[in-house]
Amino acid sequence: MTIHAANFRELKLDKLSRDFGSFNALKEVSLTITKGEFIALLGPSGCGKSTTLNLIAGLLPATGGGIWLDDKRIDQLRPEERGFGMVFQNYALFPHMSVNKNIGFGLKMRGVPKAEADRRVAEAAALVHLQGQTEKLPGQLSGGQQQRVAIARAIVVEPPLVLMDEPLSNLDAKLRLEMRAEIRRIHNTLGATTIYVTHDQEEALSLADRIVVMREGVVRQVGTPEDLFSRPDHLDVAEFMGFRNTVAGKVTAVNGGTAQIAIGGATVTGRVRESVAVGQSAWVAIRPEDLHPNAPGQSGLVANLVSTEFRGREFVGFAKMEDGTSLSFLAEQKLQPGATVTLGADPDRVLVFTGGKA
Amino acid sequence: MSSVEAVNAIPLKQRLAARGLDGLTMLVLPAALFVVALFIYPFLYGLFLSFTPKAGNAFANYTRFFSDSFLYGTIATTLWLALPVTIATLVLAVPIAFRVRLMKHQRLLTTLLVIPITLGTVLVAEGLLNYLGPQGWFNRTLMTIGLISTPIKLLHNYWGVMLSLVITGFPFTFLLTLSYLTGIDPALEQAGATLGAGPWERFKNILFPLLLPGLAITFCLSFVQAFSVFPSAVLLGAPAGPTRVISIAAYQAAFEEYDYSMASAVAMIMGLVQLAIVVLVLAARGMLYRGPAGGGKG
Repeated sequence: MTIHAANFRELKLDKLSRDFGSFNALKEVSLTITKGEFIALLGPSGCGKSTTLNLIAGLLPATGGGIWLDDKRIDQLRPEERGFGMVFQNYALFPHMSVNKNIGFGLKMRGVPKAEADRRVAEAAALVHLQGQTEKLPGQLSGGQQQRVAIARAIVVEPPLVLMDEPLSNLDAKLRLEMRAEIRRIHNTLGATTIYVTHDQEEALSLADRIVVMREGVVRQVGTPEDLFSRPDHLDVAEFMGFRNTVAGKVTAVNGGTAQIAIGGATVTGRVRESVAVGQSAWVAIRPEDLHPNAPGQSGLVANLVSTEFRGREFVGFAKMEDGTSLSFLAEQKLQPGATVTLGADPDRVLVFTGGKA
Repeated sequence: MSSVEAVNAIPLKQRLAARGLDGLTMLVLPAALFVVALFIYPFLYGLFLSFTPKAGNAFANYTRFFSDSFLYGTIATTLWLALPVTIATLVLAVPIAFRVRLMKHQRLLTTLLVIPITLGTVLVAEGLLNYLGPQGWFNRTLMTIGLISTPIKLLHNYWGVMLSLVITGFPFTFLLTLSYLTGIDPALEQAGATLGAGPWERFKNILFPLLLPGLAITFCLSFVQAFSVFPSAVLLGAPAGPTRVISIAAYQAAFEEYDYSMASAVAMIMGLVQLAIVVLVLAARGMLYRGPAGGGKG
């Protein structure tokens, strides 16, 4: 393998901002990415993750802050001068060029001699398993193959940074899993540095070394997948990481790392993620798979069952509390709609936050 | 046995529908009748008329046309106007369309550009008669600046017709080019940029090849429009000499010599020349990539 990533130490975003008129799509985002990392920018649509990627690529000018590649400031450079590889959501393959020409385009623009370019194109095509397809036009390829061409085209120029903008969102579920593994394999093979934009937490968790959770133009939390999964810093991050049950209550006791929250007539104990004081209102967040019906006689969150769904290994129940809060939980059997259920969770699996829903 | 077949047989109505013939299809009839009455019938009538000359055999009109330089010369005269005009409007339209597609207030500009179309060729010709005349603003300005000492002659010659055709033809060419250009996925250009292609390389390698099939169509439509020039050739040109275009020949045959048969023959020849150029351009277009100008399945 002779294709490998260009050398650099780190990419630094320094208070990077982007306004669209009076709308602040990105507010002073700072982030340092070191060579070899796989970074996922994760967040709901409109959170600024794609804007960040476009600013790094140079497709959008920043309206504030700077981007540094080691000691070189690059935010004033045009995209063709930055030399980052980019994989677009719709692949953006040149429809009038063969697979070979698509992959070789960047090399041609860089004036790489033909013999070397041909060799590298063949190597990149082999890396993404596209041998034998190289004379076809993109329109003659399947979605997954087009995706492979787009990746090969971006990496063949040996960019310091590979930028991917929701590259799997146009593929079907099976292909998505397959390409996910492929993307990580290629990243590892090349020793590339990848910034990957996605709104799919599962994709981010399985691919990334570090995840940057964004919301409304700001970075909410940066951490390893394990960190984010079990120790989200904010309620909105927790919700995004699968803590789908969020219930408001009042703090009745704080004891080191745990707190007790009174909700309705019940008391729920959980791990404190944002410091709370007795008497304050607070939120608890619980994953549906951690919430289950309590044994008869035990207290818990009281709710009325709306429905149960069969999920193969288990049932998922949907219930509504008296104040209208919806809860979903794991059930061992099908339950009667309208029945009253008392739900509880292991205190270690319950997170306590101060903030209302941001 | 036969009764079973009768039951299994697919009803006629369903079989017709499978071939695309059903009640809805009948709705196309009025339009088809319209086309037949307004286009096919007059065309065939003219074709027939052109082969029934006042004197001589069936081909007498055509023989006369191609043996009289005063007549066959009009083909070259018209081509000499229509081809440069078409190319000039395209050469103007492409860079302007490239600029305009990035503008925020496109609609205002496109509206301004549509105005010459709605005004029609005659009004534009009348305007140019004043503007380009010896006492017009154009010459006066140039003389005031001191660029010229005597007025340039831009009327009643080739240039007057050429200019008016470019002015009246440009909006159409431009709007068509713009719509083809905006049909190209902007992500393709961005992809080109991230791969290291500067503006000129992006134009040369990505946008222009994808625009070319559309430009071929635009060329054909603009050319056909310019080839049938009549009002500006008469009003701004020298209809007896350098701008004696083919439609003038047809007009003279019909309304000065009252030879409708000859006029029909000239019209047929005019149509054939247009057809030949269009077929040529479309054949060349057939060799280009003509698929969607998008970047993927997205």
